[in-house]
Amino acid sequence: MAALEVSGLKKSFGGLKALNDVNLTVQFGTVHAIIGPNGAGKSTLLNSFVGRLIPDEGSVVFDGISLVGLQPHEINQAGVARVFQTPEIFGELSLLDNVLIPAFSHRDGQFKLNSWSRAVDQASVHEVAKHMLQDVGLYEKRNMIANSLSRGDKRRLELAMCLSQEPKLLLLDEPTAGMSRADTNSTIDLLQRLGDGKVTKIIIEHDMHVVFSLAQKISVMAQGAIIAEGAPNDIKVDPRVQEAYLGGAHL
Amino acid sequence: MMTSLAKQDRWMLLGFAVAVLAGPVLLKPFGAGYPDLLQKFCIFGIFAIGYNILFGLTGYLSFGHAAFLGLGSYTAVWSFKLLTMNVLPAIILSVALTAIFALIIGYLCLRRSGIYFSILTLAFAQMAYNLAYSVLTPLTNGETGLQLAKGDSRSLDRLFGVVVGDAIPSTNFFGLSMVGFSGFYFCAALLILSFYISIRITRSPFGLMLKAVKSNQNRLKYTGINTRSYALTAFVISGCYAGLAGALLAVTDPLAGPDRMHWSASGEVVLMTILGGVGTLLGPVLGAGVIKYLENIFSSFNDQILHSVFGFLPSAVEHPLIKVASLFVGEGWELTLGVLFLVLIIFVPGGLMQGIQALQRRLFRSSARKAADATSGAH
Repeated sequence: MAALEVSGLKKSFGGLKALNDVNLTVQFGTVHAIIGPNGAGKSTLLNSFVGRLIPDEGSVVFDGISLVGLQPHEINQAGVARVFQTPEIFGELSLLDNVLIPAFSHRDGQFKLNSWSRAVDQASVHEVAKHMLQDVGLYEKRNMIANSLSRGDKRRLELAMCLSQEPKLLLLDEPTAGMSRADTNSTIDLLQRLGDGKVTKIIIEHDMHVVFSLAQKISVMAQGAIIAEGAPNDIKVDPRVQEAYLGGAHL
Repeated sequence: MMTSLAKQDRWMLLGFAVAVLAGPVLLKPFGAGYPDLLQKFCIFGIFAIGYNILFGLTGYLSFGHAAFLGLGSYTAVWSFKLLTMNVLPAIILSVALTAIFALIIGYLCLRRSGIYFSILTLAFAQMAYNLAYSVLTPLTNGETGLQLAKGDSRSLDRLFGVVVGDAIPSTNFFGLSMVGFSGFYFCAALLILSFYISIRITRSPFGLMLKAVKSNQNRLKYTGINTRSYALTAFVISGCYAGLAGALLAVTDPLAGPDRMHWSASGEVVLMTILGGVGTLLGPVLGAGVIKYLENIFSSFNDQILHSVFGFLPSAVEHPLIKVASLFVGEGWELTLGVLFLVLIIFVPGGLMQGIQALQRRLFRSSARKAADATSGAH
């Protein structure tokens, strides 16, 4: 069953065709990796899923809903969460608040004027927040200010924030960029463990170790188009991929 | 316990209420124990608390909140003229009308953030000021300001057969006169209520979302939150507070002039909030108190009062000292405010509340150390 159907997606910046007729089908519950050289249009593609960019042409259908033209918060409420390349967290707030906010958003929707109840009294939401922080191993630090975390912990926190919304589709933009090998491996473990089989994941990544550890399917982008698609083992040996992306080197 | 406050909040509210109600006694040694000034403390405290809900929680710096203050005053005076000298309808109408205006102005201004938002609010407030000053003279009586007159219709009062003497009747709350100390206690009660509401808002899930707007609006959008709705609601709530404060200004002194909408009045509430501590609960009230105190007390100091303060010094020291000090009092009270502001921003950017907390920590730590020394010495 397809979770996300992208067809005929086009986006130009001036004369540059950032997306040139992209067609993509992501199956429900799978981890789908998108790889490609810098400037291939991977981030543009992701941005057009979440409402940050409005594509010139084409359609993005998620779970039967057309996402083109919707506001970012509406897309998120439909079940699409996103992890950014540089962690986007609520830096001045505590870790617990950071996870409570998406949990409230999941429960209450895009706006609710519940100014008369106490945030600390909402047991069900706190249960979700606590569970998520425990999952990523940050519960002990729950009262710390998010900005004081290390970069790796910030990514973990952002992941916990996204997952506490119980998203159907999780978009990950280079989740291990700038991480040490040990941090990368623990992030891979985390991504494998969290929401496995229930959450569809699309991952943009340069680190082939991460891609081949996680992905069930890989799409290769170059110059705004998808040039190859298939299982990891097929992609490894595809000559077009090696030409465009790996510069002819063998994996 | 879905509706109660946390323990420390309950104590804070209690302490706040006691301090406000005991204001006349507490502030007497500082020469500020008279009702006119105490009323101002309360009214501008309300204004600053409300402003802080917008600026402190969401981070949106409005530079036009005086427009709502002025609107509240004009509405209240019209209510006194046309309906009744009872203050209740005046307050309700003022808050309702400012809410409507805040909704419209907020909706337009919140299409932008940062400095553009501030400029938009400033533009709206200056428009309101100029409308009140000249264009809408039939409604606002222009530069002179809107005042009560003996011939006002006061239709509700007439309906209920309130007997009016020769003088213009005074504002009242079901017969309780709103001048002097009864006026102060009326304002004090509303200040405490306003403070209570602001605690509730700050501690609620709604308040958490407002803090998230300030912290990272981008993340909040991608977390499924309609950030503009939250900011707009905060804008309207703070507009209502400003409307209430404006109404109370008219309640305690029933006239309204365009000066109340001037940009410097908008700037003043920003200063109050920053001086006290942006985003803190008590800070804005404290800041309002300090600024109104300086404005009213320091500005009335003259060389004679300075002489009575420094009189014990030899005259060779005293004269130059008075010469310097006199620059900072009387007409120059704003110089004192400027110096205070500079010192605070440089050394404690979190405002008076941050200073108080740092002091508290230091005192607590030294007393804790003493206690530890005492116990270790006992062994």
